[in-house]
Amino acid sequence: MERNVVMIALFAALIAVLGLIPKITLGFGVPITAQTLGVMLCGTVLGARRGALACLLFLLLVAIGLPLLSGGRGGLGAFVSPSVGFLVGWPVAAFVTGWIVERWRGAPLTLVAGLASVIGGIVVLYGFGVVGMALMLEKSLVEAAALVTAFIPGDVLKAAIAGMLTAALAKARPASVLSRAA
Amino acid sequence: MISLTSPVRTRAHDWPAGAKLAGLCLGTMVLFLMSDARLHLAALVAVLGLYALPGAVFLRDGLRKLWMLWPFVLVVALFHLVDGSVLAGAVIIMRLITAVALANLVTMTTRLTDMIAVVHWLGAPLRRMGLRTRPLEVAMALVIRMTPVLLDKGTALTQSWRARSPRRPNWRIVLPFTLLALDDADHISDALRARGGLVTPED
Repeated sequence: MERNVVMIALFAALIAVLGLIPKITLGFGVPITAQTLGVMLCGTVLGARRGALACLLFLLLVAIGLPLLSGGRGGLGAFVSPSVGFLVGWPVAAFVTGWIVERWRGAPLTLVAGLASVIGGIVVLYGFGVVGMALMLEKSLVEAAALVTAFIPGDVLKAAIAGMLTAALAKARPASVLSRAA
Repeated sequence: MISLTSPVRTRAHDWPAGAKLAGLCLGTMVLFLMSDARLHLAALVAVLGLYALPGAVFLRDGLRKLWMLWPFVLVVALFHLVDGSVLAGAVIIMRLITAVALANLVTMTTRLTDMIAVVHWLGAPLRRMGLRTRPLEVAMALVIRMTPVLLDKGTALTQSWRARSPRRPNWRIVLPFTLLALDDADHISDALRARGGLVTPED
């Protein structure tokens, strides 16, 4: 009980700290932040349920007014901005990522965690993000999708990093990678 | 930790947080149901007027928080200028700015403790159903405490990287950083358990 709660809180804090890492600007001028790397790690390390709870806890703290989103943003305004879909998608993305890592045991963890991060942290997350943006800006899904495709290369990079990190963590602290512990 | 509550004290700081949140829900719903451009203009002017009431410092702070919306405003404006449906675009942009401004206003005038009290109050039905909300409250406190601690550890790691390598720290630093954090989590959960755990019998 205590360990689960602390791990969930820890990963919520990890998402916050990763949001403070300065933006890296990719070759073609698109800024990427490390914050969604935290979401992917929630899934790959904590597993489906705990990963989703960590994201929910983080969003709750953002909602009550802590500046934890990248760039020091936060507060209730974040939940009516056009990128609200991405925030809503975080717990689902972590859940899907974690679910895949928990179930798919037949391949090397680097590959499993990396692909799970692509499916959860990119496919699922962008699904939510694009729908949210289309609703908020009254654009079609295709138009909304066109606005966010520039960010996908950065997220593929983050998924690869999440895969490698998860495998390295499983070697160094096998008991802490809860998605594979049971 | 510094929250987004404005240091400029306004009369709204003393209003009950629950009422402000309920008003915000209602106001946002109305904004999304309205489609008349004149009403949206009036709403935008009214909300910006509310920002101006507590004085210049509050207004500047509030406008700076709205500045993050500019990429969206630019994209929507360009789209509708090309499309020719200028009025429809204006409605979308005004609604976007008013909705975010209204939500930020509630955040800026509500203290963290009042917000946490609302969360606790919202948990009351769960407690009546027999669910314990204490783990959630402890977890919130833990995140607020651990974020600066983790940040310090990250800074220390970055400095030791710089002391040893001519190259800039890159993503590889996340592994030792996460390991430090995981070990911390073990110590914290041991400490919590040693102090009687999260769920006491009388809960």
